[in-house]
Amino acid sequence: MTDKAMTSANFSSSGLLAWLRAPVPTSPFHARMQQFWIQAWRLRSNVPALFGLCVIIVILLAALLAPLLATHDIYEQNLAMRLLPASAEHWLGTDELGRDVYSRLIYGARITLYIALLTTVIVAPIGLLVGTTAGYLGGWVDTVLMRIVDVFLAFPNLILALAFVAALGPGIQNAIIAISLASWPPIARLARAETLTIRKSDYIAAVRLQGASSFRIIFGHVVPMCIPSVIVRVTLNMAAIILTAAGLGFLGLGAQPPSPEWGTMLSSGREFVMTSWWIAAIPGCAILLTSLAFNLFGDGLRDILDPRHG
Amino acid sequence: MADIVHSVPRSDAGNMARPNPLLVVLKVVGKILLPVLVTLFGLAALTFFIGRMLPIDPVVAILGDNATQEAYDNMARALGLDKPLWYQFGIYVRGILSLDFGQALTTGKPVIEDIARVFPATIELATLAIIIGTGLGIPAGVIAAMYRGSWIDQGIRFVGLIGYSAPNFWLGLMGLVLFYASLGWIGGPGRIDFIYEFDIEPITGFYLIDTAIQGQWEVFRNVFSHIILPASILGFGALAYISRMTRSFMIEQLGQEYIVTARVKGLSWGRTVWVHAFRNVVVQVMTVVALSYAFLLEGAVLTETVFAWPGFGRYLTNALLVGDMNAVVGCSLLVGIIFVSLNLLCDLLYRVFDPRTR
Repeated sequence: MTDKAMTSANFSSSGLLAWLRAPVPTSPFHARMQQFWIQAWRLRSNVPALFGLCVIIVILLAALLAPLLATHDIYEQNLAMRLLPASAEHWLGTDELGRDVYSRLIYGARITLYIALLTTVIVAPIGLLVGTTAGYLGGWVDTVLMRIVDVFLAFPNLILALAFVAALGPGIQNAIIAISLASWPPIARLARAETLTIRKSDYIAAVRLQGASSFRIIFGHVVPMCIPSVIVRVTLNMAAIILTAAGLGFLGLGAQPPSPEWGTMLSSGREFVMTSWWIAAIPGCAILLTSLAFNLFGDGLRDILDPRHG
Repeated sequence: MADIVHSVPRSDAGNMARPNPLLVVLKVVGKILLPVLVTLFGLAALTFFIGRMLPIDPVVAILGDNATQEAYDNMARALGLDKPLWYQFGIYVRGILSLDFGQALTTGKPVIEDIARVFPATIELATLAIIIGTGLGIPAGVIAAMYRGSWIDQGIRFVGLIGYSAPNFWLGLMGLVLFYASLGWIGGPGRIDFIYEFDIEPITGFYLIDTAIQGQWEVFRNVFSHIILPASILGFGALAYISRMTRSFMIEQLGQEYIVTARVKGLSWGRTVWVHAFRNVVVQVMTVVALSYAFLLEGAVLTETVFAWPGFGRYLTNALLVGDMNAVVGCSLLVGIIFVSLNLLCDLLYRVFDPRTR
């Protein structure tokens, strides 16, 4: 009966509000939703974070709807119309081969987000796994894993990514692999630090006394506790990943022309920048805005999810 | 009686707790240095691995496609490629220890000579950048913490966020367009105008210092007009990091009770902040500065490409573009070693200046 009442309450908006604000949660799902609601509510008052979120959503929409939003073919060259400033026909002007900068910028958002999201999907689980295992098991496992992390951390991100790209060859896929290899260690270290504070807590001891295996404790009880801070870190990381990817593209080691990747656009417009500054200014602004949005949103998320490190 | 009995083991314990001071030093050094040595060994292993991942056959890269089988085998033997992998790694480590990173394909010289030639340009750039970043970043961070939540704080935080988020190669390009092409305030790409190039006698390799020693102020001005923009842009990134960290350290200090005490005693707010609170974060700030110096090497790779700066970053990029693995591996290894050394320096700074870590 209560279940039925709850499902019906879900549908009416005032009932939903009451359900979310109920003083005592009735199920784990209910509790989780209430928590989520409170956090979303707190985010509302954080203007910079909200701004960041809006920009991310706009860029995401632009990337998803690129074929609808683009006004021109992004590969179609028209040498009679090259290096034009912004006009009604070409909203952000044309580049050195007469291609429409606006359309290329929209498609470029796809590549940038593709790199950032795919890298995150690769990096977060690896970092979590290594960090929690090292932190929970301790001993020589911890020593060995953390030494490996130290070795990777001894290189600045871009230098390590550059070295890997040099070995693997240029291209988007290789850039993703290279950036992933360079950016998992900080997450592993973070997850380990979190695990060290969790492993001595009573509920872990209780689970262990019930006979749960290390495997089960790590995946069922330690990893979920590490997820909020890892989410924060990963969001902030995306800004760095976007900059590294753009840097690789700029050096000619990431996405290759004629791909509309923003760093690549910047690099190919470089020769003409003294006379037509907008060619380099526009993709650069796009990189700045995207990276800024992830930084702002990440900072806001940290205030909500991870107040200890704020 | 009881006193005597009690005091005997006590003095014994005292002797045991105060062992040979040399041993203590050795123990501390071992505790700090051992992990560093392990990390450096790992660094060598990682760069060795990266060098071996190359899809190009190194023998073919040197001899070309139409070498005879005999020449190929001889070259492979000369490079040690016929030996097992661990043996090759041993040779590689021995090379590193004697500072031999092999020949650079692009210049035909040993990599270490090339690096020694290009490194002063980068160090000069990075040093000026860190001076700019520290000189502005620390006051900015302290002021932001003093006026926490005000529009000054918001403004400083925003500038810092831009510094974090802006691609520095793009800032460089835009700076060149504005200050060089439109306004003509600064010198263009490169370290120095061509006409002055042979006026400088290299003493230290740092053009600013060399020209100042020789009293060539006209050349000095020219060098300065070339270095100021790339250094400012690199320094901007460092400023963002330094001011942000300084702000959070200071906020932590300003929440302490001794600050209230100082205020109650009648000290001015400025004196409380700069003399009492700031002194407690100096060591932390110094480590941040040292770390951002290391990160400047990363930023230099892109900035030098934009400004045609004949330094380490451009050497690395050129090596990357032609697939010169000896140079790439040598450069990354060097950056890694600098990074580890700076980290070690920070660690030691803490131990020396912060009594709590003793």
